[in-house]
Amino acid sequence: MGITQQAADRAERDAIRKRWLLSAPALTIIFFAAIGPLAVVVLYSFMVKGDYGDVKYWQFSLDGWFNVVAERDMFDDTLGLAWANISIFWRSLKLSFITTIVTLFFGFPTAYLIATRAPNKRDLWLFLITIPFWTNILIRTFAMQEVIRNEGIVNSALMGMGLVDQPVQIMFTDWAILFGMVYVYLPLMVLPLYASMEKLDFRLVEAGYDLYANRLQVLRRIIIPLVKPGIVAGCILVFIPSLGAYVIPRVLGGGKNMMLGNLIDLQFGQGRNWPLGSALSITLMIIVTLALLVYVRNTSKGGGHGHV
Amino acid sequence: MSRGFSITGQPGFPFIALLCFAVLYLPVATLVFYAFNAGDSVAVWSGFSLRWFHSAWQNTQVQEATMRSALIAVVAATIATVTATMAAIATTRTAPYRGLTFKYAFINQPLMVPEIVTAVALLIVFSRLKVWTGYSGLGYLIAAHTAFCIPFAYMPIRARLEGMDLTLERAAADLYATPWAAFRRVTLPLLWPGILAGFMLAFVISLDDVVITEFVKSAGQETLPTYMLGQLKRSVTPEINAISTVFLGISILLVTMFFLISRKKT
Repeated sequence: MGITQQAADRAERDAIRKRWLLSAPALTIIFFAAIGPLAVVVLYSFMVKGDYGDVKYWQFSLDGWFNVVAERDMFDDTLGLAWANISIFWRSLKLSFITTIVTLFFGFPTAYLIATRAPNKRDLWLFLITIPFWTNILIRTFAMQEVIRNEGIVNSALMGMGLVDQPVQIMFTDWAILFGMVYVYLPLMVLPLYASMEKLDFRLVEAGYDLYANRLQVLRRIIIPLVKPGIVAGCILVFIPSLGAYVIPRVLGGGKNMMLGNLIDLQFGQGRNWPLGSALSITLMIIVTLALLVYVRNTSKGGGHGHV
Repeated sequence: MSRGFSITGQPGFPFIALLCFAVLYLPVATLVFYAFNAGDSVAVWSGFSLRWFHSAWQNTQVQEATMRSALIAVVAATIATVTATMAAIATTRTAPYRGLTFKYAFINQPLMVPEIVTAVALLIVFSRLKVWTGYSGLGYLIAAHTAFCIPFAYMPIRARLEGMDLTLERAAADLYATPWAAFRRVTLPLLWPGILAGFMLAFVISLDDVVITEFVKSAGQETLPTYMLGQLKRSVTPEINAISTVFLGISILLVTMFFLISRKKT
């Protein structure tokens, strides 16, 4: 008994060791080209900035983190808030939040409609949502640019109808970024919503009607509570990439209307303040992680629906 | 039940859903439409022509960028798929063991971090490495792409494995198949659709990447997306529309294939 037990233990240890060996290449690549560099970013955020970019090695300082929200006046050295950064933080949060709401407004009815089609037709509709999702983000951003630019179809249509005499300037405003993000992230809202609506038991909806609920009551008291995990998943999936958006604000917002991603980029480019850029990156990552935690807590409470 | 009362109906929903599809498809449709414009403008229609496809085809910068994109995508997706397959075999069909959750978290990590953060992290490390080693070739881009492709390749492979039970492998072992023979003759053929789906997903993800490539690339290493990003800052001609249209066509083709492969059940 003792010997067979030992043999079994050894076999199990061998099996686990083999499993580690098998996963080693993937883990190593991710370590060297993803996780390791992130640790370096943390380190960099605590170093002294170099004169021409990069950092002065092993000279530590909290300036990077300090500069996220505060700055010293160039002339009299007084402390003040870094309003430029704060307004970019605010713009990022505001636009991401509005994007989430607008995509939910469009996405909810769409996912609902797909989920209530005949099963054999759902795949096609779903496929139509997936295609834009897999289209290169640059192509979609560029497509949006063509729609909203001064000579684009929106302005041509408005002028053609005589509603305005001059093109409405949408490009290089917050509106442009908002349109772009809604357009690009819409599929990310529809897909998780659909995943939870597909499982919706419509007998409960029927029961609601039997008990004299009207359509709005059924929606509010039955459908929305039942698909809440999908709503949360969709909101998180839209909010997170919106917050870290880089390409969309760069192309549609122009140089002035920056979001966090562009502010980070700026510090590694013209700003030549790598510690600040690193601190901003970590800040962004912390916000994203917090949002993910909300999502994880929500899905585990929802009885392990486990879509994603 | 009264006639015409649908329990699934909600007022206004069809209209909003229609709007949603319009929002999703109109911009891209416009983009594709003007790719066939004979004139120089992306807003004024002046007749049908394929001249911009022709000029994109002959543009050496586009040719080089396309070849580079394809090369990186093939190499990165291949490495990612092989390593992800191994990792998937190591993390499925087993009783929980120490470090299993750690592996899941590790493999999915690239999905959790905003792209721009990974991009600057790689910029910091790779720019230093480029100075130290003197090597500034495509290796860095391939490494970066492989890393963020792994979770995408891993997902369908793992899903496929979880749907397979160990009975057939055990039967093979009972018939004195070596572990390698059992893997090659039993596991691999059954797993193949998952591996193919994983490869295609990884390939599309690599092909599409803008942000990380933009930060990691050395001078003269434009991929098709970074080339397009550079062009958008200059004056735009329908040539960009033509490139986008072809790119779009390839993506749709790949995604359709992915859909068909992953839908096929055993």
